[in-house]
Amino acid sequence: MTKTITDVICPFCGTLCDDIEVVVSDDGKQLLEVYNACVIGSEKFLHSQAKDRVTKPRMRQDDGTWKDVSYDEAADYTAQMLAKAKKPLMYGWSSTNCEAQSVGNEIAEISRACCDNTAAVCHGTTLIAVQDIGLPTCTLGEVKNRADRIIFWGCNPAHAHPRHMSRYSIFPRGFFTGKGQMSRKMIVIDPRVTDTAKMADVHLQIEQGKDYELLNALRVAFKGEWLPDVVAGIPKEKIREAADMMKSGRFGIIFFGMGVTQSLSKNHNIDIAIAVTKDLNEYTKFSIMPMRGHYNVTGSGEVFAWQFGFPYSIDLTRGFARYNPGDTSSIDLLVRGEVDAMFTIGSDPGAHFPISAVKPIANMPSVCIDPHLTPTSGVSKLHVPVAFNGVETGGNCYRMDNVPIDCRKVVEPPAGMLTDEQFLVMVRDRLKKLKGAA
Amino acid sequence: MSEYIIKNGSVFDPVQGIKGDKKDIAIKDGKIADKVSSAAKVIDASGKTVMAGAVEIHAHIAGPKVNLGRIYRPEDKLFSCTPTKGMERMGGGASIPTTFKTGYEYAKMGYTTAMEAAMPPMFAKHVHEEIRDTPIIDEGAFPVFGNNWFVLEYLKNHEIENTAAYIAWLLRVTKGYAVKVVNPGGTEAWAWGLNCLSVNDPVPYFDITPAEIVKGLIEANEYLGLPHSVHIHPNNLGNPGCYETTLDTLRLAEGMKAKNKFGRESVMHLTHTQFHSYKGTNWGDFESGAKEITDYVNQNKNITIDTGNVTLDETTTMTADGPFEHHLTGLNHLKWANCDVELETCAGVVPYIYSPNISVCAIQWAIGLEIPLMMKDPMRCYITTDHPNAGPFTRYPRVIKWLMSKKARDTQINAFKHKDKVLSQTSIGSLDKELSLYELAQMTRAGPAKTLGLGHMCGGLKPGMDADVAVYNFNPDKPVANPDDIETAFSRCAHVFKSGVEVVKHGEIVGTGHKRTLWVNVKVNDNPQVMRDINEKFIKYYSMTQANYEALGHHFVPNPYALEVDATHV
Repeated sequence: MTKTITDVICPFCGTLCDDIEVVVSDDGKQLLEVYNACVIGSEKFLHSQAKDRVTKPRMRQDDGTWKDVSYDEAADYTAQMLAKAKKPLMYGWSSTNCEAQSVGNEIAEISRACCDNTAAVCHGTTLIAVQDIGLPTCTLGEVKNRADRIIFWGCNPAHAHPRHMSRYSIFPRGFFTGKGQMSRKMIVIDPRVTDTAKMADVHLQIEQGKDYELLNALRVAFKGEWLPDVVAGIPKEKIREAADMMKSGRFGIIFFGMGVTQSLSKNHNIDIAIAVTKDLNEYTKFSIMPMRGHYNVTGSGEVFAWQFGFPYSIDLTRGFARYNPGDTSSIDLLVRGEVDAMFTIGSDPGAHFPISAVKPIANMPSVCIDPHLTPTSGVSKLHVPVAFNGVETGGNCYRMDNVPIDCRKVVEPPAGMLTDEQFLVMVRDRLKKLKGAA
Repeated sequence: MSEYIIKNGSVFDPVQGIKGDKKDIAIKDGKIADKVSSAAKVIDASGKTVMAGAVEIHAHIAGPKVNLGRIYRPEDKLFSCTPTKGMERMGGGASIPTTFKTGYEYAKMGYTTAMEAAMPPMFAKHVHEEIRDTPIIDEGAFPVFGNNWFVLEYLKNHEIENTAAYIAWLLRVTKGYAVKVVNPGGTEAWAWGLNCLSVNDPVPYFDITPAEIVKGLIEANEYLGLPHSVHIHPNNLGNPGCYETTLDTLRLAEGMKAKNKFGRESVMHLTHTQFHSYKGTNWGDFESGAKEITDYVNQNKNITIDTGNVTLDETTTMTADGPFEHHLTGLNHLKWANCDVELETCAGVVPYIYSPNISVCAIQWAIGLEIPLMMKDPMRCYITTDHPNAGPFTRYPRVIKWLMSKKARDTQINAFKHKDKVLSQTSIGSLDKELSLYELAQMTRAGPAKTLGLGHMCGGLKPGMDADVAVYNFNPDKPVANPDDIETAFSRCAHVFKSGVEVVKHGEIVGTGHKRTLWVNVKVNDNPQVMRDINEKFIKYYSMTQANYEALGHHFVPNPYALEVDATHV
């Protein structure tokens, strides 16, 4: 007999779907089938069952080969590395739970590390803009129940957040949106004709890198003031049409992604997108929400904030928390050669950082805690495979709208494997002894 | 567990009616005891003031809007970061300190219990994660009910029993403590960009008025017999002339009687009263309505209030009154954050600078002090700053100084740029009253504990109560040479005990105690209709499933303390 577990949370993207059903074997050791999840989510669950999975920590030898070591040895190496380092960088945190993040912060505090999460290469610019100008936002259920104007700006949920449109933003029939898709107007701003753009009522095919200009033009159009004939490649008539569509809604929302946060102008794009949202609140009700990527990058920012006061790129080397992205952010620290030990968890900087920031990792003591084999595990001295969070262990996570959802354990990890939190507790306790902390 | 005896202190305990007598306080097994063995550690408190640990009835110290404030205000950390030190984790933040700093700061001032005043039910897990990371102090959190769709739908038809069953369910799944109401109906209206500015404005679509919501929730609260009364932030906060809306709201409690086994006598707690006591028609003729409000409250024994003192600091306002925060950003043009929460509530955050050079801010300061000075019964008026809205809680010692010293008030009045306006628009200049230490203990200990339904546990030094004790370096037998000495003395305790564990010594943290999360577990009769309604709302309208809604398990509430209520008999 198999068992079906319902209300499972998908640990892939910031949409954090919590209606997944998973079929497991009677002994709870094997995960057989996944229902309701998108293709990526299903794969995340099923991938945990791979037979060639690494289940033991591995230390790289001088000759480049890997040698299996015990978790105890791995924890010793990690604790000693952090104890010796003058300025260790502890990066990642976005694909693990808040419990592990909390223990990690204790470790960072004892070892006076720099702490950062994947917002550094993602929505960090959003956070800077929010610090400049604020953020009128809402939960995703508000969108489902009320929103009749949906704007996707520089994001492609059809591929990156595959169930976003069906669960929250376009298709659902909510309390005041009984006609579902028919009761909503959809605007997409993207230089490419993406699968999301193909669905839109209005697609503004903007010239690449001209987001700021177009957003500015919208603010002008709301006020009915003069516009040039073409802005950012869009004729003014079309801009006015989009502006009127936004103003005439009862409840609207702008979802935005990496297309605006990491293209030219960066945080300034978000600044003005938020200003557009504020302007629209003079006419109707409008919100704006970043499409967060990793399933718990939001949670990492939350835990950092309530424990240290800042959401990312935090430097604890002086014994108290400092925050100055550009100075204290991971890539800058690595490129400037300021870091003397690298600790990575729940993320893959090896694949996402520029090569000039990855090379130094290979030349310093380094640990990568990750269930997968990744480019980061490939360049690190020690790779510690752990149980899949959200599959083989539970733990709290935060959805892209900051709503906390407690993940579920659905299947046993391979025998002897530890979770992120368990391994971090081992490191913390050793580090406390090494540092003589209370 | 260690035994202690605190010797020769001047004890102020309204629970036992002790007014500064030299008495020994014995601590054994986490409780106040009649006597202890000779092995007890002796704490010499001669020349010092001894009181029960203070009780915070209303502060925003944990949860999504507090953390949004931390995230979007890095400037709040400037010059306010504290390094790791002994047992203390590092901290930071002035108006919105990190969780660790929050716990330490409260403890160092002699506070041992605090209530988070607004928990969006859907974010209960977040609130509890932060409460878990706030050391030392016992905490509870009030879920917000005043704009909740279930409540609006039940109360539209005056279904008190169903409302009560829903309250019981929500308190259980969110591990909540009391029924909080913020801008009833107005926050739901804000989801459409609207507001309810009087108790009779209809709520869009739901066809109910704020008055019906408040009345119904009081009835449901007393039907259940919860430890705390309905805790209300009325409509029309912060506008000139709002005192009339406040009086309309207070009148809704007329004729209602408290029904509970916890010794609570009030049926309505009006919070941050200062923000609701404004007369005038605009910011130019803005004036105090403290007299009108306190006259009414003095006459009506079933109402309690807290003050919401403006401390003249740069701070971060945050409230579930979403439309007010939008209004505020229009006034001061500082950054505006807002989050509407499906089916339940909303929150807004805006930084604010209460400048002594602005007449309105100075008048707000005066109103906050007028209220406690005009209240005849200190057991029904509690000191708060509505942290961080009117000022950070770390300013309590300064508020105490102003209340205990007319000289300190006059010094501040003379420092205002618009001194004449403060004196003409308020009566602060003619109030000679100076709070006694006994009245202070009533306003910060016995009073709030009683109104929270915790009077049997804390807020006093009677044998058998929790051994939450604060010893201040303040000699009540000597005249106060300089009012600033009051502020200094109440800023850092000589000793603080939390449940019998010494947590503060000479102003430093020496223990983290056994922090508890307080919540209210209500048993009600099975109510299949409410359970079906809940089920339906989750299937159709919530963005998460019912099975994932509850804040469950060790991670969220590692050390729970439930106040049990049996409402099955009714």
